[in-house]
Amino acid sequence: MAQISQDNRGLRLVVRYTVLCLIAAIFSFPLIFMVISSLKPSQQLLADAHSFRALLPVGDISLNNYFDAFKRAPVALFVFNSVLVTGVTVIASLAVCSAAAFAFAFVKWKGRDLALTVILATLIVPFETIAIPLLLEASKLPWIGLDGITWGWLNSYRVQIVPFIADGLTIYLFVQYFKDLPGELIEAARVEGASWFAIYRRVVMPLSGPVLATAAILKFLVMYNQYLWPIMVTQEEQYRPVMVGLQYFFQLNRAWGEIMAYLSLITVPVLAFYLYLQKAFIASIASTGVKG
Amino acid sequence: MASKFTQSNRTGWLMAGPAIALILAFVIAPFFLAVGFSFTNQRLVSPHPAEFTGLSNYRQLLGLGVLHLDPLTDAAGAVVLDDQGQPKLPELRKITRKNPDYPQFDGMREWFSWSSGEGRTYVLARDVVFMTAIVNTFIFVLVVAPLQGGLALGLALLINQRLRGINVFRAIYFMPVVVSIVVVSLLWSFIYNQNDGILNNILSAISFGAIPRIDWLGNPSTAMGAIIFMSVWQAVGFHMVIWLSGLQTISPTLYEAGAIEGASKWQTFRYITWPGLRNTAVLVLVVITMQAFGLFSQIDVMTKGGPLDSTQTIVFQAIQRGYGKQDISAGSAISVILFVIVLSVSLIQRYLTREKV
Repeated sequence: MAQISQDNRGLRLVVRYTVLCLIAAIFSFPLIFMVISSLKPSQQLLADAHSFRALLPVGDISLNNYFDAFKRAPVALFVFNSVLVTGVTVIASLAVCSAAAFAFAFVKWKGRDLALTVILATLIVPFETIAIPLLLEASKLPWIGLDGITWGWLNSYRVQIVPFIADGLTIYLFVQYFKDLPGELIEAARVEGASWFAIYRRVVMPLSGPVLATAAILKFLVMYNQYLWPIMVTQEEQYRPVMVGLQYFFQLNRAWGEIMAYLSLITVPVLAFYLYLQKAFIASIASTGVKG
Repeated sequence: MASKFTQSNRTGWLMAGPAIALILAFVIAPFFLAVGFSFTNQRLVSPHPAEFTGLSNYRQLLGLGVLHLDPLTDAAGAVVLDDQGQPKLPELRKITRKNPDYPQFDGMREWFSWSSGEGRTYVLARDVVFMTAIVNTFIFVLVVAPLQGGLALGLALLINQRLRGINVFRAIYFMPVVVSIVVVSLLWSFIYNQNDGILNNILSAISFGAIPRIDWLGNPSTAMGAIIFMSVWQAVGFHMVIWLSGLQTISPTLYEAGAIEGASKWQTFRYITWPGLRNTAVLVLVVITMQAFGLFSQIDVMTKGGPLDSTQTIVFQAIQRGYGKQDISAGSAISVILFVIVLSVSLIQRYLTREKV
């Protein structure tokens, strides 16, 4: 009897792992195919797609597609633009949203509840529904720069950065986290005469590692993957991010090798970053759900 | 004390001010601008100032009419037959093109029609493409919401087992979520390719050539399905993680109690797991629905709304008109229509999933 149930358990374990592996194959094979294909000449890539060779680095393997992709489009510029826009937005967003959330969670001021309600109400406004009027607004906004006042934000870094610094979800995540911090800490600091700003910088921020990581990861994913907004506001090559740069590879006779190289180039660093910080990524997505 | 309150007033506004100003300027203002522009003929660049045009944008987009046409009769009152022996109908074009007897149908086109009695009933739309876009968007939402939500729950239950190495699988299932949908769309347009696409290669290999090679994205009957499948593949890991965090809030003692009572697997799911996931379920449903209504990037990269408008969507139309044709007012009107749809759907969802007392 014991022997049978032992075998049964072994069999069930095998079945479970088989199911898990099959599903894993569905999720990973397109990405593996992308990276492997980026190393093959287009001709061979198409031929290999008809067999298991599609997933194996065999045949004429080289980095030529990468060199060709760099020749076809200013790839380095696009990467630089994306990194700059994403980096600045993430940092500015952490500062602006955490400060606001601090004021909402701890400081009592006139208009606080109304302001928070309005900010949370914006969560039901999808970006797609404001993109068009925002495009017109951005085309008319003033900017004070080194050469005086200029009008219109189109074709710039700021048009890709400023509108995305503050958002309801990030503020909400910070407020939720701050409300769970022990209130006595803030009380004690107040009694000792610390200013609100000092409490924010010296007491609350040092305790906020997890929520800062969450907010940074979510913002990073949104910003690096932006597509709809930059295709509208960056007609000039100089300011285009990586996702818009993909359009250089759309053509009737697609050079798939180069496309796969470009896709790998802009995706693999993010995937590596994700696999390295896997727990933090997953925790950050999970934390958007817990309190609903 | 009063001075302390005014001081915290100042601190509050100082710290929250930048965020409030940014959200006002870049979320709330555009939202109201959309409503405002939708009643004008605002263009992106124009030498003339915009004029108030009332509801004309909405009439243009949403104008519908129903028309029944009876067969033509000759002088004796007998039905005239056409070459194929079918009753001959009056030409639709003559009614919708500047016909003074039918001013309400002017400029409309046939959306769909059916035979009724001897004649035919037509549903006319002023903007057939936009109507198609609305229908396609709803189809996408209605398929994706249950499919993605359900598959994500299945994956979450699978991943929630205590098995060695389970975190590796969780990491793999989640992987597509961090990849841009633009990258995914381009990658899958190769997978869906008719002649060299991997999907056709796999299908013909496992069927020994019996399944014909399909041009998945070039065929009006498969294009939307192909986009749906790919979209679910990309995003399902996201909601798997949300379900997982919901699963982990269910107290283990409930499961222990269930095991002692001798509950079957299904009973355990039905009476312990599912009730514990109520709030998560509502959240997942609402979030997927909202995201699905925004369908744009996949369309822009893979099909541009084609073939034969079979993948037109509301947002794609809004961008094509608002940005492509620089018609800010029409794009804004579409945005407002989309917002009203999203808001009503999520209110209905909240009502249907409310806590019943």
